[in-house]
Amino acid sequence: MNVDTLVIGGGPAGLAAALSANKNGVKNVLLIERGPELGGILPQCIHDGFGTVIFKERLTGPEYAERYIQEITKTEINVKLETMVLEVDRNKRVIAVNPTDGLLDIQVKTLILAMGCRERTRQQILIPGDRPAGIFTAGVAQRYINIEGIMPGKKIVILGSGDVGLIMARRFSLEGAEVEGVYEIMPVPGGLTRNLVQCLQDYEIPLHLSHTIVNIKGKNRVEGVTVAKVDSNMELIQGTERFVPCDTVIVSVGLIPENELSEMVPLSLDPITGGPIVDEAMETSVAGIFAAGNVVHVHDLVDDVSTEGEIAGKAAAGYITGELEERENPIKVEAGENVRYVVPQIIRKKSFEQNVKLYFRVKEVQRNTSVKVFSDSEQIYSRKERVVRPPEMLSVSLPSSALEKTLVVKVVVEKDNEKKS
Amino acid sequence: MRKSHKFTCIGCPSSCEIKLFEDDGKKIEVVGGCKIGKEYAIKEFTAPERILTSTVRVENGVLPVLPVKSEKPIPKNLIRESVRALAKVKVRAPIKQGSIVYENMLNTGVNVIASRNLEARSLEQ
Repeated sequence: MNVDTLVIGGGPAGLAAALSANKNGVKNVLLIERGPELGGILPQCIHDGFGTVIFKERLTGPEYAERYIQEITKTEINVKLETMVLEVDRNKRVIAVNPTDGLLDIQVKTLILAMGCRERTRQQILIPGDRPAGIFTAGVAQRYINIEGIMPGKKIVILGSGDVGLIMARRFSLEGAEVEGVYEIMPVPGGLTRNLVQCLQDYEIPLHLSHTIVNIKGKNRVEGVTVAKVDSNMELIQGTERFVPCDTVIVSVGLIPENELSEMVPLSLDPITGGPIVDEAMETSVAGIFAAGNVVHVHDLVDDVSTEGEIAGKAAAGYITGELEERENPIKVEAGENVRYVVPQIIRKKSFEQNVKLYFRVKEVQRNTSVKVFSDSEQIYSRKERVVRPPEMLSVSLPSSALEKTLVVKVVVEKDNEKKS
Repeated sequence: MRKSHKFTCIGCPSSCEIKLFEDDGKKIEVVGGCKIGKEYAIKEFTAPERILTSTVRVENGVLPVLPVKSEKPIPKNLIRESVRALAKVKVRAPIKQGSIVYENMLNTGVNVIASRNLEARSLEQ
């Protein structure tokens, strides 16, 4: 089987990428999704607040997904559900399986990776204690309640203050469970302020910063957890342990881009984002293989995920027509002062996009600060920020014309009065 | 009696603390925050509203529950009671996105609608 553009993953990034490839003239687009329906995680995110950037409306997750799914059905994009990709290689041969076709051996011209991310589990953060039933990641609990219609428990303790955990605190409370509290090992919350206010404060759910679970107790079902305070080195403070009876532990301790297929190619991965290194056209280290959305880096807003998908789809079309030129000696993008990472990590000298949007996160909270971009040693951009926080992704849009002669672009976040040395 | 209320603004990532002072339910002063923040604090004090989102049971659907939302924001203090009212609702698949699931929630004049399309189970299942 031959395909011009194959998109792996039917979540928001994959939906936007497939549509954009089709819109930009790719005839033979195939979208492969592991699950039984399109939309990725969106169908279980029943709360509102999606689409404020792209649609200027506060949509629920299912509504946001539906907008793209409806568009897909109007096109000739071929969709295969319940299909699992097993292998991808650098010659862009893809092996997949599903119950109707059996084994699929697909030769593709361009490949767009949109596998999204996965939740970090209890096992990955090594919480000591028993291994009873009743321990779920926040996304799994969300799926149980919002898709399967099953309540996972009655008395809940939440570990981690990531956005999904906060949203589930509210959801559990509304469905009649008692949420004892949210415990966050860091001294600052992990989720967006909007969610702290509307999910915790609104429902009087306490947030315990610099606290963690040090033991889980339970023979068959969770019977309770021991929580304790930690110091600035995240070491347990002896004597602060407290036993909290509960029947359910919800773990919301971060998301990790899902890159088993990227490693198989293999693509160059960024050790900080956990995703493939991409340029401004979302092209990875292998020409003709693109990536978009949470597989590249974990986003706060689905709107940004869709935007990346759109860029990847357009670039895939450009690769087929030859409009997307081969990448040579790209501009390097560096994360400077108080910047944890920047995506894209490289930019073509002749950028494929007229405006290059750099997404980045800060390392730590900083007030009255400035975001600055340097082209080699020259400052080409500056704006003030009243406060920057690691959970809130920042971005800067630069006209590609400003970068034509640049070798290195550097993003820094620093206090106004400090002179750059 | 003069009382103060604290609000954390959600208008932007700055998350300003805003204090609102009242005298027997009458707003007298708002301290802190920008224009957006002050308006937010006043709205939160006088008539806080939220979009209601939840699920209702489905008969004969490919899934057992349907996500729903209120067409417009409703008073925050009615959210819990609204979810309780929705717990008694059962709808029959197929369901079209946007179709009304519950009319005039608690006399707010706001309808609750389906957030997605949900197909009926096919016969052989």
